[in-house]
Amino acid sequence: MAETAPAAAFASTHNPADPRAQSVGNTLPHSHVERHGHHPYLQHHFEDLGQQHDASNLGMWTFLATEVMFFGGVIGSYLVYRFTSPDVWGAASRHLNVTLATINTVVLLSSSLTMALAVFCGQAGDKKGQIRNLLLTMVLGTAFLGIKGVEYYQEYRDHLIPGPSFSVEKLHLETEANPSTLKPEEAREVAVTRGTAINLVMPVKTFAERRAQLFYVFYFIMTGLHGAHMIIGLVILAVMLQWARQGRFTAEYSNPLEVAGLYWHFIDIVWVFLYPLLYLVALHK
Amino acid sequence: MSTIDAAGGHRRSPWRRENYLTADYGIWSWLLTVDHKRIALLYMISVTAMFFVGGIAGTIVRLELLTPAGDLVEPDTYNKMFTLHGVAMTFFYLIPGIPAVFGNFLVPLMLGAKDLAFPRINLLSWYLYTIGAGMAVVAIVMGGVDTGWTFYTPYSTMFSKTAVVPAALGAFVVGFSSILTGLNFIVTIHKMRAPGMTWFRMPLFLWAMYATSLVMILGTPVVSITILLLILERVFRIGIFDPALGGDPILFQHLFWFYSHPAVYIMILPGMGVVSEIITCFSRRPVFGYKFMAAALMAIAVFGFLVWGHHMFVSGQSMYGGMVFSLLSFLVAIPSGVKVFNWTATLYKGSFSFDTPMLYALGFIGLFTIGGLTGLFLGSLATDVHLHDTYFVVAHFHYIMVGGQVMAYLGAVHFWWPKMTGKMYSELWGKLSALTVFVGFNLTFFPQFVLGYLGMPRRYYQYPPEFQVLNVLSSAGASVLAVGYLLPLVYLTLSLWFGRDAGPNPWDASGLEWETSSPPPKYNFDEMPVVTGGPYVYPLGEQPGQDEREAHSPVHEHALPAGRS
Repeated sequence: MAETAPAAAFASTHNPADPRAQSVGNTLPHSHVERHGHHPYLQHHFEDLGQQHDASNLGMWTFLATEVMFFGGVIGSYLVYRFTSPDVWGAASRHLNVTLATINTVVLLSSSLTMALAVFCGQAGDKKGQIRNLLLTMVLGTAFLGIKGVEYYQEYRDHLIPGPSFSVEKLHLETEANPSTLKPEEAREVAVTRGTAINLVMPVKTFAERRAQLFYVFYFIMTGLHGAHMIIGLVILAVMLQWARQGRFTAEYSNPLEVAGLYWHFIDIVWVFLYPLLYLVALHK
Repeated sequence: MSTIDAAGGHRRSPWRRENYLTADYGIWSWLLTVDHKRIALLYMISVTAMFFVGGIAGTIVRLELLTPAGDLVEPDTYNKMFTLHGVAMTFFYLIPGIPAVFGNFLVPLMLGAKDLAFPRINLLSWYLYTIGAGMAVVAIVMGGVDTGWTFYTPYSTMFSKTAVVPAALGAFVVGFSSILTGLNFIVTIHKMRAPGMTWFRMPLFLWAMYATSLVMILGTPVVSITILLLILERVFRIGIFDPALGGDPILFQHLFWFYSHPAVYIMILPGMGVVSEIITCFSRRPVFGYKFMAAALMAIAVFGFLVWGHHMFVSGQSMYGGMVFSLLSFLVAIPSGVKVFNWTATLYKGSFSFDTPMLYALGFIGLFTIGGLTGLFLGSLATDVHLHDTYFVVAHFHYIMVGGQVMAYLGAVHFWWPKMTGKMYSELWGKLSALTVFVGFNLTFFPQFVLGYLGMPRRYYQYPPEFQVLNVLSSAGASVLAVGYLLPLVYLTLSLWFGRDAGPNPWDASGLEWETSSPPPKYNFDEMPVVTGGPYVYPLGEQPGQDEREAHSPVHEHALPAGRS
């Protein structure tokens, strides 16, 4: 993804294996004014567009590595709780609206396709194609957020927002084999075998309910963080759209579009992990 | 190491009209600068301010502990003071210290680049730092925080009545400053190296910056999300880590230490890079085992991610988990040992000069060794049960952080000050302050090893009278240390007006940064440097070993291995 055909052509011009002194046309390091003449979007501290392209792509990949760790922290915590109380979390998970989430998955993956097409049009210098595909991507992204909003409304209606008004009424916790149906001494046994010290000090019935609430805490944090990234992505796409309208992206230079594309695909990949983790894992019961 | 095609700045006056300090005038030319050297100076001012904020808090802690009874400040104030000391020092001085000041200044210079890859992001990172520091100050104004710098739950989320949220937000924001700095360094080192600057021709300081940056970008996001969860739990009263609400406080500790142990390596790895540069320069010998030194830096960064559980031996994590973490913690000693032995081997048969930076670097080696070896006491399960949460731990990590990072930071200040400002400081006062810091440091923290071994717990407000002698020694040392830290502030500032001109290379040191004028011009080099050999071309005391000669040959080879990326 990082190495595209036009980029590779630029990259070959700054191979450090040939000392700069020998390559004519690249020996003007201190007179940055002259070097601005090369391309309007070449920044003064880069040698050429190829180096700038490589640097910004690697920058985005590095940033995405930090994002992986950022989401990794919350996904890891989610997994810890899922493994320590699988039944309660299964019951809570089954109440989520899988249909809407599946539609959303299709919508978001389609937006990845249109984003890839926008990047392709950027590299081809196809202005109309850039605008069309960016608009499509933004429409699909907004649709995703809209559908997510409908889901949030349903959860609000069912009193599943964590906090004082949280209620497990709709979760059918009682019908599941979960610690809340066990006698206190059996529950203590369960707690001991699972090795979590916390279970011992908790009144068992409320423990299940609190773990159910914890599921929704994580559900809202994970989808909320994802949604926040979507909104940032939409703002970036709006800027890209404006630049595309100005005819800024040509076959020679479409770097920002490419980098925005990387970010957008990353948001999609996060959803590809959230969707099974939150919606699908407990479906089989 | 390298040559400049046309030896541009060598014979000119160092304070020639056009250098980066004089290129632009006015406050906005500083506050909106994208020059990595100016941003480095902005950072230097900021971290120095936060260092003294943390230092004042630490001084109050030491003053309170002068007597066994709690008689100087209220117990709550005492808690707030050690918290402030920890937060200001770790998040706002130790972690950004060397990377943000000297990394920013030196990475492009050492690479032969004109700037970091993303100059505006670099400026953004300084603003994020400043906002984060501002939030920490707001937390102090709102009455302080009493959780300790570790923000352990559920105390921090459910019980503490102090300004936890602004302090945590400050740590959250400054984390992004750290991430952006690391990101910038990684991309710059990959993509902006001068022609001929291959990976194994990079000075060890750059390897240290690369290893540090890896830890910054992979560790910091985890503490960011952890702090975010903590803030959500505290603000909305939802249980994530609070057992009363179904959460697990141990999970917080796992997440917190997953970052905060590697953060120790964010503090010490840059120091190791600095010391490598100084030792080789002032003993006039190339670094012994250059490739092993580079590999050891990377190994420490990688192992550092696998040892966080050794902070939690008595937190109720499983015994087998404890054994694995103990073993992995011991593994860190191997690359650390490689470094100490190689520094020593570099010194062997060198022709020393005991200039101020060298005094700091030698101090670093000794103190880091003591800090590292006492870390092994704490890394083994049985002794840790005895020593956990005692002053032994406090002494251990201060030997690493103050004896390591702060010594290296001061060494770096004194080594590169002539490059940054073009002025020499008073060598006599420099040596005096280095000795004062060394003596004051040992007097402060060595008694704490004994105190901890005898069983004095950390973070206690009062203590039994039999501990008083050692505590008085420690507090006396702290006052000596304070003098040692204030001295450089004075004579370095004075040197700006009264110091003699440094010239491009006052130490006769090897490295690209010494081949440009002091202070460097706005775009670092008059001519694009071309690198033709390895680092550390120093006059050798004797014939080097075969492998060394290959790695550091000053011979101008023109067959250059492939470079970028």
